[in-house]
Amino acid sequence: MTQTSKTQNLPTPNNHPRITIFSDWCKSCGICVAFCPKEVLAMTADHEVLVKAPEKCIACHMCELRCPDFAINVEEHATGPDSQKGELQ
Amino acid sequence: MNKKSSYQLMQGNEAAAEGALAAGVSFFAGYPITPSTEIAEILADRLPANGGKFIQMEDEIGSIAAIIGASIGGCKALTATSGPGFSLMQENLGFACLAEIPLVIVNVMRGGPSTGMPTSPSQGDVMQARWGTHGDHPIIVLTPSSVEEAFHYTVKAVNFAEKYRNPVIVLMDEVIGHMRARVSLPPESMVERVNRVQPNMPPEWYLPYERSATGVAPMASFGDGYRYHVTGLVHDAKGFPTANPNESRDNIRGLFTKIERGFRELCIVDYEQMDDAEHAIVAYGCMVLSARSALEQLRSSGRKVGLIKLGTLWPFPRFALEHYLPQLKTILVPELNMGQIYREVLRVNAGKAVIEKLNRVNGTIITPNEIVKTVKGMTR
Amino acid sequence: MISNSQLVNKYFRHNKKFPHIWCPGCGIGTILGNMLRAIDALALDKNDIAFVSGIGCTGRAPVYVDFNTLHTTHGRALPFATGLKLARPELKVLVATGDGDATAIGGNHLIHACRRNIDITTIIFNNYIYGMTGGQYSPTTPHGDKASTCKLGNIERPFNISQLVEAAGATFVGRTTSYHTLQLQNIIKKAILHKGFSVVEVITHCPTTYGRINKKGNAVDMLKWQKEVAIDKSRADKMEPKELEGKIVTGILIEKQLPEFCEQYDNIIEAAQNLKNSKPGGSK
Repeated sequence: MTQTSKTQNLPTPNNHPRITIFSDWCKSCGICVAFCPKEVLAMTADHEVLVKAPEKCIACHMCELRCPDFAINVEEHATGPDSQKGELQ
Repeated sequence: MNKKSSYQLMQGNEAAAEGALAAGVSFFAGYPITPSTEIAEILADRLPANGGKFIQMEDEIGSIAAIIGASIGGCKALTATSGPGFSLMQENLGFACLAEIPLVIVNVMRGGPSTGMPTSPSQGDVMQARWGTHGDHPIIVLTPSSVEEAFHYTVKAVNFAEKYRNPVIVLMDEVIGHMRARVSLPPESMVERVNRVQPNMPPEWYLPYERSATGVAPMASFGDGYRYHVTGLVHDAKGFPTANPNESRDNIRGLFTKIERGFRELCIVDYEQMDDAEHAIVAYGCMVLSARSALEQLRSSGRKVGLIKLGTLWPFPRFALEHYLPQLKTILVPELNMGQIYREVLRVNAGKAVIEKLNRVNGTIITPNEIVKTVKGMTR
Repeated sequence: MISNSQLVNKYFRHNKKFPHIWCPGCGIGTILGNMLRAIDALALDKNDIAFVSGIGCTGRAPVYVDFNTLHTTHGRALPFATGLKLARPELKVLVATGDGDATAIGGNHLIHACRRNIDITTIIFNNYIYGMTGGQYSPTTPHGDKASTCKLGNIERPFNISQLVEAAGATFVGRTTSYHTLQLQNIIKKAILHKGFSVVEVITHCPTTYGRINKKGNAVDMLKWQKEVAIDKSRADKMEPKELEGKIVTGILIEKQLPEFCEQYDNIIEAAQNLKNSKPGGSK
């Protein structure tokens, strides 16, 4: 079982939360996008969740808590080089 | 031990309860139903005194569910019921077959179908015990024909359940269940107790359904550090649901394999006066009592008749018949049903001997004289 | 707070295939996730947790998580759990069950488990429908709503599960929705800590069957509906019954301490053993 991610190479300054979408697990239900209070996330025309405005994220974790598929991760601080991979065993 | 003091007067139902305790049963869940209720009443008293637990559930579906749960928790678990309750248990009986959960059901049969004749003897549940739950599955069914056997067969049932990780049914008729007899029960220390094999490998290596050489996988109890999955879905060796044809086949066939490997041990059959017999009576449960009495009369009138007493009904001990078929001219199968074991005897016979049935479904038993008369008619 | 990645690493079975079987937007995954967060917050040992379910979409939850897991027959999770709890009182026994599983086929077991007050936490995933079989009406389908077996509208009146279990004697009843995830975690935490039979009713959504046939929109729309109709008990207590029509009262609805079944049974064992030892020759 592996959570994998098409890493979205967006600039995420260290003082902003790191948002990772595990696209293999995501079923594009749109819940994370709809209930993000800061409109950080958006749905693309291909029904993929896009981290549109990471700098606006306030780490309320509502996307994480409501995601039915455990497919989004919000980390408040980068914890080291491993966290850059967006892949967990 | 003082031999005299070891004799007691008791009912078959009481003996079954004593057998459960002697075998180490520590959990009972049940629902009141005639004619099995004494078993629940006795165990409600005796289990807590021995540190075990009793619970009266809301119905028989809950009863078998609770004993499955307790068995997964590591208890030797048993329930007792009669026809209507046994019908309700069938779905979860199938769960226990597929998930390979050791448990024992004592079914004190009453006349059926439906509410039937609650206080009258019957042997109508033989085929239900075999095929009552849906799908292909093996089952172990023992049937005592005396009060003392009600004790011993209940012990055996618990031991078989533990050894084979399979449900075992003690199919008792109302005559045996309510008959009082003087019995001599062995002291507890003399009773053989079989415990399920527990895993001894590290938890991460444990595969709850990987069969060992015996055909049976070790069974961990919940809470012992082996976190695994139990399901009523067809599953792989890890216990996870599968739709893979090979894994599905291995799951179902494996259930049969373990019972086939134990076939000889599981088949309890006794033979009386069969050495020179040309005619046999095949009987089980209370019909053994009538048959035995008939046998005496028939022998004294010069007829070479013997008795094949089935202690195990399922798996059907076909070898017991096959051994004697070459010397037999006739076989009579008296049963308190419309002929359920009769068909098995026919199947095994393959046209060698003349097979007749003697059936009764009116709530009374078949008397020795009726058996004598029928055998005389057949052997004329 | 534990992140999703940490949750997955710590509590999921790593030899199970993901993504899980539930439809896009289904609330079951959300409830499962927040249940795991509650367990994590309580720092319970995974070996001490038994997670039991019945049949249906909700019934598939245990297979994914790394506890002692038992996927039973339809409606029977509670009696299985009852036997297991009695056999191993030290286990924390959690039951996941749907509205049909818990209140139709398993309704009898539910009310008796409440009455017995055995220390089991039951989470009822109430999505108003039989999802796995394709959307037939359940005991909680609202009157007039549609399902594949009542296309012209449901003529039966639904159960109010929380009221049902309260009347049956549950000593802890909490209700929330799959929208209110923090409240959900909080209620599950308190339910697990409660000594006695606890029920957490979670109003959730089945966008695939119930949502589609009743034109309730997608998962997002259905979550918005949950947000709108939920009203916290503290506010509801000050409102008139008329104002509460069409609302769902959430929060901890019942919390009381009554003797728990397993503890009482321990007293029975003690009494029975004293009785046995006091009888002449009673050490048999």
